[in-house]
Amino acid sequence: MTTSTRIDETVAVTTRERSTSRRAAIAVGHALTGPLRVILVLIVIATIFQSLNSNFLTAANISNLALQIVPMGIIASGVVIVLLLGEIDLSVGAMSGLCGSVMAVLAVNQGWPAPLAIAMAIVVGAALGALQGTAITFLGLPSFIVTLAGLLTWQGLHLWVLNDNGTVNITNEAITNLATLRLPNAASWLLAGMGVGGYAVQQLARMRSQNTAGVEADPSRLTVARIVGLAVAAVGVTALLISDRGVPLALVIFIGVLIALNALITASVFGRHLMAVGGGTESARRVGISVKRIIILAFSLTAALGALGGVMAAARLQAATRAAGGSDLLLLAIAAPVIAGVSLFGGRGSVWGALLGSVVIGAISNGMDLMGWEAWIKNTITGLVLFVAVALDALARQRRRRQGLV
Amino acid sequence: MTAAPIDVPADAQSWLFEATDICKNFGNVQALRRATLRVAVGEVVGLVGDNGAGKSTLIKTISGVQPADSGSFAFEGREVEIHGPADAANLGLAFVYQDLALCDNLDVVANLFLGREIAGRGPFKRLKGVEMHARTRALLDSVGVRTLQSLRTEVGGLSGGQRQAIAIARAMIGEPQLLVLDEPTAALGVTQTEQVLQLIRRLKAAGHGVILISHNMADVMQVCDRVTVLHLGSNAGDFPCLPEARGDIIAAITGINAVAPEGSVA
Repeated sequence: MTTSTRIDETVAVTTRERSTSRRAAIAVGHALTGPLRVILVLIVIATIFQSLNSNFLTAANISNLALQIVPMGIIASGVVIVLLLGEIDLSVGAMSGLCGSVMAVLAVNQGWPAPLAIAMAIVVGAALGALQGTAITFLGLPSFIVTLAGLLTWQGLHLWVLNDNGTVNITNEAITNLATLRLPNAASWLLAGMGVGGYAVQQLARMRSQNTAGVEADPSRLTVARIVGLAVAAVGVTALLISDRGVPLALVIFIGVLIALNALITASVFGRHLMAVGGGTESARRVGISVKRIIILAFSLTAALGALGGVMAAARLQAATRAAGGSDLLLLAIAAPVIAGVSLFGGRGSVWGALLGSVVIGAISNGMDLMGWEAWIKNTITGLVLFVAVALDALARQRRRRQGLV
Repeated sequence: MTAAPIDVPADAQSWLFEATDICKNFGNVQALRRATLRVAVGEVVGLVGDNGAGKSTLIKTISGVQPADSGSFAFEGREVEIHGPADAANLGLAFVYQDLALCDNLDVVANLFLGREIAGRGPFKRLKGVEMHARTRALLDSVGVRTLQSLRTEVGGLSGGQRQAIAIARAMIGEPQLLVLDEPTAALGVTQTEQVLQLIRRLKAAGHGVILISHNMADVMQVCDRVTVLHLGSNAGDFPCLPEARGDIIAAITGINAVAPEGSVA
């Protein structure tokens, strides 16, 4: 009797210890794959470049960085959507170049009003993206191949749109303002306050309705921590940018896009179905979700965001050129969300990965530019960072498998 | 030994659902040759047959996952068309597949309401997470699942029995008229199997129709009213679920003394 009780106790203790160490292992795993990992990486990057060049962490440089990442970041936020499906879109870079040129030609050569020209560029992107999605679903082709063909085709159309002059200089202020305008300080604080306040109200209302309905609520400590964290970040970034030349309009647009996209993915039926298709296409089909519709809409949305990224890039350069959308833009726009933990295998990740990943890539590239390093070093380092990020994604997947989470 | 196949009247008014003369080919393979399956209101029909007899294919034509090449469907006596999963769902047919069709990356609530989320109107269709969550708890209670600590856990991390229960609870949303269960007890232990069988009896008592596909004759004999046997893609007879018919059912499944299937190759 006594012996058996003691054995039971021993077993219980061992089990408890094991579950504690297991929980610790899971927590470390989360830290390595979640947003915390990216923030750690950012701290490392900042420390390295700051020690190499004391200009790195100045308000002026961070302000530049904020502007630099916007076009790539918007394109990357679109890439998140197809990544969540477990698909890929290799045409977003070319799409951004094409649509930026469409906007420039319409606004400058054809004399369209700026908002119309921008809207048209985005519509063109959405339509071409839907075309790619249709080819993928109805012909059953891999997205890799379809969008590779798209890449070449859109590059061709890009050159054709720019036909005569090769470069269209954008003098239209309504367009260049997208990249150069900085908000008045009062407006910046107002927006930051509205953002944080809106988030707090929404979170608290959610907690209240959860409690009223008697369903399990998010731990209130976590909710408070999130709200405080957001508030600190918002105040810090706003103060920093105001201490330089003010908050860039482009950054506000980028963050607005991310908020809207995040709402679409996490809080709408479309977003739920998108995640379902990414996590189990066959299961989604069986429950009556129109998988084809989801895929076509997703590729359309990705291309529309690519187009918006192209518009922002052209506004920043104040010109539509033949080189726009080329070079490493595509690869970086895909790398950014992956670095921040959006899985290449589908079904896992959030649009905030596009923001964090863009900041990482932007910081590395900005720091290396400050140091005046040569292109070969820059490419090698960026490549290694991407490799490590993808390797971590694969490791996280293996770890989930071991825990039986697939 | 002597229990002959029972006659199933083709024109009865009380049929809840009828799938008549369903044919389905995969290339040169005739998976279904004029297979017919009928369920009455409050009836539990066992669909049995050997591997490759066409049970799952027949179910997939009914669910619209693999639409039939020819044949007809009728619901409550009206002829209906099933071209896709949405058609079946609109008729009030619910399916629990052998592989459960769950999305492992989504949590319990999301899986339960997958494809029929509670959401606001308007183009955005905002999800009503709290409402779905509250209803999930009630639904899981109704199918006897009380072992889930959190409904926020990803389904991929749950046990086989819990996953099965979630798939069944999902099928129960929207009070389906007809529930089709494909091998629901194959992965379950004794207690969980009994829970599933109990659930089937409850559905029958509530006037729903149930089609049960199973290799487990003991389960079939326990809950079914009638057994429809498929052999090589066509009907091999309907039998009452009585102990004395067991031998004949097994003979029909294996094709020994087969009732010559209509249109079969001699």
